Amino acid sequence: MSEQHHEAHKHHEGHGTKYKYGMVIDLDKCTGCGACMVACMAENNISFRKDNSDKLLSNYWMRVYKISNGLPFPDTEICYIPRPCMHCEGHGHHHHTPCVSVCPAVATDYDQETGIVSQIYTRCFGCRYCMAACPYHVRVFNWWDPKWPEGMEKYLSPDVSVRMRGVVEKCSFCNHRLQRARNKAYAEERREIHEDEYQTACTQACPAGAITFGDLQNPEHEVHKLKDSPGAFRLLEKLGTNPKVYYVSSRAWVLKAADVYIGEEGKGVTHP
Amino acid sequence: MNSASTPFDSALIPEGVKRCSFGWFLVWIGILQVPLMIGAIAYLVCWGLALNQTYLNNNYPFGIWIAADLGIIALGGGAFFTGFLRYVIKIDELKNIVNFAVVVGVICYSAALGILAVDIGQPLRGWHIFWHANVHSMLTEVAFCISCYFTVLLIEYLPLVLENRQIDRVPVFHFFSHRLHEAMPAIAAVGVFLSFFHQGSLGGVPGVLYGRPFAYREGFLVWPWTFFLFILSAMACGPCFTILITRITEGFARKNLVKRNVIDILAKISGWLLAGYLVLKILDTVGWLSWAGQVGAPLGSFYANQPYGYWVLITELGIFGVIPCILLLIKATRQNQNILILACFLNCAGIFMNRWIMTVQSLAVPVMPFDKFFSYHPNWAEWASTLLWVWIGAVVISLSYRYLPIFPQEKELNPL
Ligand code: SF4
Ligand code: SF4
Repeated sequence: MSEQHHEAHKHHEGHGTKYKYGMVIDLDKCTGCGACMVACMAENNISFRKDNSDKLLSNYWMRVYKISNGLPFPDTEICYIPRPCMHCEGHGHHHHTPCVSVCPAVATDYDQETGIVSQIYTRCFGCRYCMAACPYHVRVFNWWDPKWPEGMEKYLSPDVSVRMRGVVEKCSFCNHRLQRARNKAYAEERREIHEDEYQTACTQACPAGAITFGDLQNPEHEVHKLKDSPGAFRLLEKLGTNPKVYYVSSRAWVLKAADVYIGEEGKGVTHP
Repeated sequence: MNSASTPFDSALIPEGVKRCSFGWFLVWIGILQVPLMIGAIAYLVCWGLALNQTYLNNNYPFGIWIAADLGIIALGGGAFFTGFLRYVIKIDELKNIVNFAVVVGVICYSAALGILAVDIGQPLRGWHIFWHANVHSMLTEVAFCISCYFTVLLIEYLPLVLENRQIDRVPVFHFFSHRLHEAMPAIAAVGVFLSFFHQGSLGGVPGVLYGRPFAYREGFLVWPWTFFLFILSAMACGPCFTILITRITEGFARKNLVKRNVIDILAKISGWLLAGYLVLKILDTVGWLSWAGQVGAPLGSFYANQPYGYWVLITELGIFGVIPCILLLIKATRQNQNILILACFLNCAGIFMNRWIMTVQSLAVPVMPFDKFFSYHPNWAEWASTLLWVWIGAVVISLSYRYLPIFPQEKELNPL
């Protein structure tokens, strides 16, 4: 499927290819069920505490926000906004990603080949400068050492390293799944990874099909079309963070409330 | 703390000056041990049980520690700036206070490094900042320059230690200290160079955060305007902090240690620098607001949440800015010792507040329109570990004052 496209554009995995993995999330479809959050926790060995209710201290890579149009019943409307890491391309053409450019120890990096912003847990020394740089509150700090309920450590994914206390972590677009897909392609003597071979856990878990994942640059991938649909926008567009996660909604109030930075006027509607 | 009898440790005390008895000195140092121990416990708690022992959280990855770090380094700017005035500009009178400015500088920079050691989540990996250095990060520049400058400060402090009466008797130390004194202008010049950079890059730390419209500033080449504002503000408040600590030391010693004309020179220079800083800071604020408006963040959005209302802006620039500036510039108020202390205090408080605003308030302002505002205040462990450095500073100053000739005018001002 994408072979021709990549042939034409000289796009080959591991050979200076320029993939741009990204997401389009349809806010009109999202029901706020939280399946994406759960899938992400399980997939990525995200640690939790007995009481995980304080969201300022708990770990999550995908978080679903809830906004309302602020009108009284019966005109009340709710919209849920799932928010993974935006894998920002950043200012200019040099991939001056907000968090990557500030990390003093190169513990987080922008992969030019895939557009994925990685996090190297064993190099991060926990200065938290990257957290200050990210306006989306994507990055979380390990305030505690991870502790799994008795026996649960046996169910951890062997593909994702667990994180120790004192370091920052965040969504990796399930980078290990990309590795897996690459290995498979390699074994089958292919250079291409098909759209369905590399999908994030949240995308697959969403029962409403609200999340679409793929190569934003590849016209054959669904995301390529969806990102240009009417009502598509990115969070904090005007700041120039250049995110690779797009949102779509047909509701005017959602567009206004979700991104004041997109239009000249408009005022954010806060949580109910 | 004066005493008529000859102290037990008189052989170590500089000649021709009077110090309190050794017993009283021990009592004083003993009293300081109490908060020191509390601070040490806070350190152990944070290191041992991790940073969940603080009130920091994912919305406030930076808290009092980072604000204090930036603030302390600005206040410690008195060391490099007084050195600059003394050795490079050659204002000779300042030789009477430059030693003390160095002592204060050593304390401030030790504090900054010490606080960073508890602030980072994995202190044992602190060296990663040097080993895996990212040259594009302002924090990398800060780490390199501060470490180098701290070494310079220690080299500047060393001849003072070597001047202790007993150490100075040893010919090799005497010779070494003499040579160090001769090299001091060059060492001070290196210190000035390093300081310019790290004071600036500390300003760059918030200034480059283009995802945070409250902190972000445009600027010149790779340097945001905050880079230059931080250098200037450190120069404006550093000397005032040196004056403040000198006056506190004089209060404890119950005598004058530095002539008023020396302090007046520093205060006047501070006043002019503060005036310059305020003009640029106000211009910066106006420019920033128009930029922020363009990206969809109107003025009101920054000051919408208490405790970060408009009062912050007014207090920082007005009460802690314009008022001390006027008090320092008018000769009559500057030369009134009580008003001078007030002005120095307000000036230092203003710059400290600026560092808090640029770090903590920058994080407090929600950026995503549907984000909630959360407030933060430090808990006991954060306070105790930060204040620990005040007590360590008090011990270092007490020891330095007692055993080292740091105030060249003391004898003349207090004949025995
Ligand atoms: S969303 Fe935040 S963490 Fe993710 S790439 Fe952008 S700035 Fe970095
Ligand atoms: S917390 Fe870790 S990843 Fe973030 S800036 Fe510091 S060292 Fe880099």
